[in-house]
Amino acid sequence: MVNRIVVGAHYGLKDWIIQRATAIIMAIYTVIFLAVVGAVSPNSFEAWRGIFAGGFMKFITFLFFVSLFYHAWIGVRDIWMDYAKPDGLRLVLMIATAAVLVGYAGWAVQILWRM
Amino acid sequence: MAEMAIKKKRPKNLDIMTIRLPLPGILSILHRISGAVIFLLLPVLLWLFQSSLTSPETFATFKSVVGNPLVKIVLLGLIWLYMHHFCAGIRYLLLDLHKGVDLASARLSSKIVFVVSIALTLIIGAKVLW
Repeated sequence: MVNRIVVGAHYGLKDWIIQRATAIIMAIYTVIFLAVVGAVSPNSFEAWRGIFAGGFMKFITFLFFVSLFYHAWIGVRDIWMDYAKPDGLRLVLMIATAAVLVGYAGWAVQILWRM
Repeated sequence: MAEMAIKKKRPKNLDIMTIRLPLPGILSILHRISGAVIFLLLPVLLWLFQSSLTSPETFATFKSVVGNPLVKIVLLGLIWLYMHHFCAGIRYLLLDLHKGVDLASARLSSKIVFVVSIALTLIIGAKVLW
């Protein structure tokens, strides 16, 4: 048993909570999405597009994507911290990861609101 | 110093070919691998999502891509990775709440994760892909 008094800035606590909050958002969305697809059984372009036509579905789908990208940031950053030991390499990988994820968020907005 | 001498004598096996992970360990490394694979395939998945929604023409392209038998196998694998990450993630959330932390429960819950995620994969695959 480690008797440690945790004080200070709680480094990492924010990411720990966000990782879990985004996971719960994605889990709820996954259930809603599967229920909608199961109910609609979209077999045509119009039916499939119709699922994402409404404002509410657009909103929660966007929320899912943002959660996915933030969740991926924390998870992939942890992978780099575990395996990419040289500082320079780790920094480059982290910046590249953050950059593509921000780009994906913009892409997701474009897909949902230009369709 | 005495403590260090004892620590040095403890057996250590880091040979990846001879390590026998218990089921919760396999679940854990698969949780990481599944997350990494989904991350790497995000551009492909976003492209597929975009194709499915943009126009009837791009939708036709989307249908022919996902209709390819080889792509279907890959997508079934991806659905499994997603479902594994999903189920194992719920297990971790419960562990965070100190539910099922003893050895017997942890082993049982990891079995449940494998069974449920594979069952969900087969159900979703049967409904969506075939």
